[in-house]
Amino acid sequence: MDPQTPVTERRKAPVIAPGHTFATITDKISSIVLARPVTNAWLVGFGFFGLITMMLLYAIGYLFLRGVGIWGVNIPVGWGFAIVNFVWWIGIGHAGTLISAILLLLRQQWRNSINRFAEAMTLFAVACAGMFPLLHLGRPWLFYWLFPYPNSMNYWPQFRSPLVWDVFAVSTYFTISLVFWFIGLIPDLATLRDRAENKWAAMIYGILAMGWRGSARHWKRYEKAYLLLAGLATPLVLSVHTVVSFDFAVAILPGWHTTIFPPYFVAGAIYSGFAMVLMLAIPIRKLYGLEDFITLRHLDNSAKVMLATGLIVAYGYAVEAFMGWYSGNHFDSFLLWNRLHGPYRFTYYALLFCNIGFPQVLWFRNWRTRPLRLFVVSAVILTGMWLERFVIVVISLHRDFLTSSWGMYYPTKWDWMTFIGTIGFFLFAFFLFVRILPMISIFEMRTLLPEAEVKEAE
Amino acid sequence: MAQIFHRSTNTISRATIFGAVFVVSFAFWVALKIERSPYVTYAGVARPQPVPFSHQHHVSGLGIDCRYCHTSVEVSRFAGIPPTKTCMNCHSQIWTKAPMLEPVRESYRTDKSLVWTRVNDLPDFVYFDHSIHIDKGVGCNTCHGPVDHMPFMYNYASLRMEWCLNCHRAPEKNLRPRGQVFNMRYQQPTPDSPVAMDGKTFSDQQSLGLYLVKKYKLRTQADITSCSTCHR
Amino acid sequence: MDDRGKKSEEICPGKKGSLDLVAVRKRLEQTKGPEYWRSLEELAGTAEFREMMHREFPKGASEWLDGVSRRGFLKLMGASLALAGMTACTRQPLEPIVPYVKQPEEFVPGRPLFYASAFSMRGYATPILVESHLGRPTKIEGNAQHPVSLGGTDVFTQASLLDLYDPDRSQTLTYLGDPYSWSSFLAAFHGPLASQKPLQGAGIRVLTQSFSSPALADQMQSFLKLYPSAKWHVYEPVNRDSVYAGAQMAFGQPVETQYKLDKADVIVSLDADFLYGGYPGFTRYAREYASRRDPDKSMNRMYVIESTMTSTGAKADHRLPVQAAKIEQFARALASGIGVNAGAGQLGDAEAKFAAAIGDELKTHHGSSVVIAGDNQPPVVHALAHAINQALGNVGQTVVYTDPVSAIPVNSTDSLRDLVSDMRAGKVDMLIILGGNPAYDAPADFGFGDALKSAKVPLRIHLGLHQNETAELCHWHVNEAHYLEAWGDTRAYDGTVSIVQPLIAPLYNGKSIYEFVALLSGQSEATGYEVVKAYWQKQHSGPDFDMFWRRALHDGWIEGTTFTPKDVTTKAADFPTSTSSDTKSIEINFRPDPSIWDGRFSNNGWLQELPKPVSKMTWDNPIFIGPAMAARLGVQKEDLVELELQGKSMLVPVWVQAGQPDNTVTVFLGYGRTRAGRTGTGFGFDAYQLRNSAIPWFAAGLNVRKVSGSYELASTQGMQSMDAEIGQRPLVRETDLDEYRKEPNFAQEEEPKKDETLYPVVPGFDYSKQPYAWGMAIDLNSCVGCNNCIVACQSENNIAVVGKDQVNRGRHMHWLRVDTYYEGDRDQPRAFFQPVPCMQCENAPCEVVCPVGATVHSTEGLNDMVYNRCVGTRYCSNNCPYKVRRFNFLRFQDWETPQYKMMRNPNVTVRSRGVMEKCTYCIQRITQHRVDAERADTPIKDGELQTACQQSCPSNAIIFGNINDPNSKVAKLKGLLRNYSLLGELNTRPRTTYLAEIRNPNPQLEHLATAASAVESENS
Repeated sequence: MDPQTPVTERRKAPVIAPGHTFATITDKISSIVLARPVTNAWLVGFGFFGLITMMLLYAIGYLFLRGVGIWGVNIPVGWGFAIVNFVWWIGIGHAGTLISAILLLLRQQWRNSINRFAEAMTLFAVACAGMFPLLHLGRPWLFYWLFPYPNSMNYWPQFRSPLVWDVFAVSTYFTISLVFWFIGLIPDLATLRDRAENKWAAMIYGILAMGWRGSARHWKRYEKAYLLLAGLATPLVLSVHTVVSFDFAVAILPGWHTTIFPPYFVAGAIYSGFAMVLMLAIPIRKLYGLEDFITLRHLDNSAKVMLATGLIVAYGYAVEAFMGWYSGNHFDSFLLWNRLHGPYRFTYYALLFCNIGFPQVLWFRNWRTRPLRLFVVSAVILTGMWLERFVIVVISLHRDFLTSSWGMYYPTKWDWMTFIGTIGFFLFAFFLFVRILPMISIFEMRTLLPEAEVKEAE
Repeated sequence: MAQIFHRSTNTISRATIFGAVFVVSFAFWVALKIERSPYVTYAGVARPQPVPFSHQHHVSGLGIDCRYCHTSVEVSRFAGIPPTKTCMNCHSQIWTKAPMLEPVRESYRTDKSLVWTRVNDLPDFVYFDHSIHIDKGVGCNTCHGPVDHMPFMYNYASLRMEWCLNCHRAPEKNLRPRGQVFNMRYQQPTPDSPVAMDGKTFSDQQSLGLYLVKKYKLRTQADITSCSTCHR
Repeated sequence: MDDRGKKSEEICPGKKGSLDLVAVRKRLEQTKGPEYWRSLEELAGTAEFREMMHREFPKGASEWLDGVSRRGFLKLMGASLALAGMTACTRQPLEPIVPYVKQPEEFVPGRPLFYASAFSMRGYATPILVESHLGRPTKIEGNAQHPVSLGGTDVFTQASLLDLYDPDRSQTLTYLGDPYSWSSFLAAFHGPLASQKPLQGAGIRVLTQSFSSPALADQMQSFLKLYPSAKWHVYEPVNRDSVYAGAQMAFGQPVETQYKLDKADVIVSLDADFLYGGYPGFTRYAREYASRRDPDKSMNRMYVIESTMTSTGAKADHRLPVQAAKIEQFARALASGIGVNAGAGQLGDAEAKFAAAIGDELKTHHGSSVVIAGDNQPPVVHALAHAINQALGNVGQTVVYTDPVSAIPVNSTDSLRDLVSDMRAGKVDMLIILGGNPAYDAPADFGFGDALKSAKVPLRIHLGLHQNETAELCHWHVNEAHYLEAWGDTRAYDGTVSIVQPLIAPLYNGKSIYEFVALLSGQSEATGYEVVKAYWQKQHSGPDFDMFWRRALHDGWIEGTTFTPKDVTTKAADFPTSTSSDTKSIEINFRPDPSIWDGRFSNNGWLQELPKPVSKMTWDNPIFIGPAMAARLGVQKEDLVELELQGKSMLVPVWVQAGQPDNTVTVFLGYGRTRAGRTGTGFGFDAYQLRNSAIPWFAAGLNVRKVSGSYELASTQGMQSMDAEIGQRPLVRETDLDEYRKEPNFAQEEEPKKDETLYPVVPGFDYSKQPYAWGMAIDLNSCVGCNNCIVACQSENNIAVVGKDQVNRGRHMHWLRVDTYYEGDRDQPRAFFQPVPCMQCENAPCEVVCPVGATVHSTEGLNDMVYNRCVGTRYCSNNCPYKVRRFNFLRFQDWETPQYKMMRNPNVTVRSRGVMEKCTYCIQRITQHRVDAERADTPIKDGELQTACQQSCPSNAIIFGNINDPNSKVAKLKGLLRNYSLLGELNTRPRTTYLAEIRNPNPQLEHLATAASAVESENS
């Protein structure tokens, strides 16, 4: 919103607290990286999640040693936690791209204070997600057969398979996000370079800043490049999770073979993504005293986005249920029955509560603007979205066409170690990020100041 | 404020950015090369053998037919490695004292098999059948190369799948009359050295090949490129 | 998972003492870092650890362990990393290639040879052809030329191949457990034997299993001539005593009864499980039975009255589950019903109706009906069956009497009793046990083990394939030669003699029983070959013996040895009441295990993991309890109960079996072995401890008490019903004969039109234009659920055994499974068998989703699976509606054990970890036949190319062939109206289709099947 018209804005909190100048913003943010001493709290968190990352590596090492049989997967449930986690993480990533790209194009200035770490979140989430398709292979060392390259077998991948599309979707997504994030960082890296006392820090930031001098020409090109990348990233927000949803939609399995999947996966992705953004933003603004930059306005807006996407997801469930009944197809209606009464029914009930029931509190302003409550809601939503993927993967698989081949799925300790391990890795990476890079875009925050307006006007 | 970097770093940074692209693609190219190199495929690499048996001497020198030793090549998937007995058929008369043949004589005395090193060694998941290739008019040296000029045996082809497919996707390129299969000197027809068959003369491989494809009832290209043709 | 594992560990008796897996895991979880590895290495040292590592073979189960030594870990880690990086450019290692020195004449490198031989169990032979690659037997098939086999076999015959290569076979001659040489044994044995000469061998006792070998019988005679007062005993735990006793009762002489089922319009089985392997003549009977199940010709009608749910009962048109004791009453009722004076049996109302109805029908089928009594029924029931068959004039028509097949048709229980009393009385100086395992399977009341241990028997010698429970109690153990390693001869159920010829030299220089008996008669040097050949030389009059001998070896049987029918006269018929007809209390039934029989196959992984026909159970022998009874006792499957019978008691888990008669518990013999080997030891529960000589088969007065705790059972079938809570799934389509006649195409409702497809039609390509289009038709009417196809497939395609733990995780590897479904009232259900191989769909869902193109279609319509291309995403399996794909979740194949390397089929890739696999219609056979046909420039003739399952099927239920050839058998079958495709509505266009099942019920008895027909109406 335009900060020059405070009258209309009285009710809403501003996107940046009053009384800030260029200097204060720059000081505040860059000092977190350059001046702020390493606190014990940070060290403890960092170390703890480091350990969990080690656990992840151990689980992966043992997996390569023994084979996917150490997991709970079986026939009929050929896909278990691995794919559930994959879809979950990929989904989480989406919020970052949405915020940085789409909201940029929509000139939503409130994004400026959260886009940086939202993008970081995207990167780490996609990194976590990217692991699983590789890990869940029976022969992971042959993963490169999914890439088309002139091999001596004179044989190509099977391009009709959604898994091949996945390879392209995910790798593209990761690359674009990385570049986008890095370009966005350059001006701030330059700032850090100039403010760093430590020579080595200056060197490293200097190299990364790629000789940014902040000249008008630099800015011009920068703006153009940034805009172009935003344009590139925007379709990805929709395409990536659409492709992921094809993994299921293309199959003939009841519960997978559904045309509603693409939109409902994308909505779900943004749903969980914003939940994750809030779960990160709320503690950070508290710990690093950034309430001025990440204001209640941001929380409020994010909450509204969640509310909206949540309703789309709810619609998705409704349609699934309706089609189960309306199709009159025995296998589809049985799937519905099985979700409600089968051995895994409680996951389905929990899913309905977490994704549809509970988040309705977001209709109330005092839930949207109370950080703690919002934190809880976000946690619930993230759980719910994980359960959604579990329901889709496991419940559909464990009882399909032939009753004779029905089975059950029990995750093993290795499944859990890998899942928790990725969460650990994600936070581990994030801890690093907040220490060595400006978690809020300095120069973009500056543009929010009234002074900035004046300059542009000249 | 003092500059951290010297001017030259500008050039370096540009160089590295663009260089990176080339380095990566070069590495990829090298990997593909290695994969097809004799180091991996053994193509053209002679292997250690208990007896320095020379195909050159026995085939072009003495004119012994392939089938004298590789007896089952026409009836079985496996061409067969000659039992010691086969060697001794002649070497009980000639070169009876030759030291290099001692392992053969010893094997015959002690009834212990000679242990050769396999030369044309396909992976275990590939099921190749000699008999059908012979039957369809694929010459020995089409795959095994100029065995009659190999003092020490080596595999002529890379034996990579792409190599197999070259022929399975266009068999007419390599077919020859059945009578010529074991002829190590056979030359594909050319205008100045045509091949005569069934009263016709063929002056180029294409026409001969296509004729033989019909005559020998080759299965279609789709048939012989089905995976189960070679893999089970 | 872990605690599920724990349960089994706690209460499984066999696993006592042995280290338990869960404990190890727990212990390891507590430790971290270097300590972790250290504690592992400590463990790795201990013997229990190693024992545990190998309890379930092959490495599948061990794979599951978390145990790796530090060095091992690093090594493997390095390896997998290297693989990860280098697979693109891995070099093949140099491989040696080893030719013959002098090559055998008939041998063509790269081609198998087939030899005729025979497998015999309890003296009944199954004629076989053995495939041999480079002198290694790799596959056993029925001898199609032989009138008894007709190509069919049974699970035991097929799996006996694995016994040959069993690494746990006893490999040396031992004295008190220490290895000794044969010569030292001869030296030690000579003295005692000589000292018996003056006593005329009064102190010598020989104990064998029942056998039919003429040569051996002859040897026995000559031995007994040498030592007139020596005694020769025969014991068989699953014996046919009451069969011979019944014949004795009826005709005053023990005779063998053969049935001609192809001539029988009505078949009545009184507890006879004659459609499952192990029953004498099963292969022939299955073929004859199936030949009369074609609904378009005259169909037979089968009644089964049985005391245990069996696959035979499952095929019955009318099945009456009753207590075993009731069956005598039933037989009496039936007999008097057709005018045999046998006294009225006390029967319930429904049972009486049932008997009456059968009686009425039998009366109208003189000479074209047959009544078969089960081996486990008392003599009087057999006598009654004989009487009925006589009265109906079936003798000479559908029933034929011959001399007994067994060389010594004595009562084996009595025979063993005498032996034990002699042992106790100290009359036995030298006990020679040739094969068998009496210390484990003798009746409990004999206390054979103790008698054997006692010093009263100074010299005890055991000849056997395994160092089993009996060997343990003997001084000397001589390692026996497997039948594929030794010469011999044996009779089929019709008396035809087959020569057993060795396929391979004894792997461990074992001695055959012939050689051992020869030693007893002083010819210590005689080889089995000499003995057998010499005997037949004696028998054969005429100069051309070599011709005769070669012919016998080539054909697999000896002309003119078939028994000629015997006409016997019935004695004055009186039928003494044998069993106490106490049908109030709970009854216990002893049955041989469908997979491991009396325990002799305990160490056979193929059989251990073979899902038992009606319960789909593997690796265990839970007791059968009917649903009603289970409800009364408040027990369900996997609950533990205590069985108490005449003071003896045992703990066993429960399996609630549909169709099990009320108030009847069936326990299966053969489990709870303590010295079976790494595969068999410690699995299941030893039912022999409840069994005694007075009650060999069943008894009343069993107490069943639920105890706390439960025991994990590994069943391979998710659900044994087509009823998925809401709505029926018409997986097996079936109806009655009348219904079928009214509406012959009832099975084809969901079949989509040929042109209904969204799949892109490949331009210019049309399967029907191809020279070959392979297809399979499975006749559900003929399938008797004998499981033979599963073992055949396992043997042909190098399919791994994964162990109980992995089966429990839903990871068994059988390419071909036989689904068993129950419909209607669970206490009197109708049961169906449905063999499910890969359907080879034309619109294959698995193919479109594979990212690397590892499963693609061949031009002949096969759904090729390329193992070496598979990266293991398991997407194909998820998308396979038939779930016929199997995945190597761990490294299930055993790559170390040298014996298994010899056993494998060289024409099929041995799949490694992380690779999907499935039925390929035996592509190796197709390719070989195609190549041969092309070289001969003729098309492949119909029927000459058979898949392994088809070849082994005794009832011809599986037909494979070229559906593009309108004259092929399979094309004709697929043309039938009752041909339908499974889940056809999905439009996968399966190449494997089914012929719907048609039952032929008796209109009089319809009301008994009301419950069932109610289900069926929903069904269609």
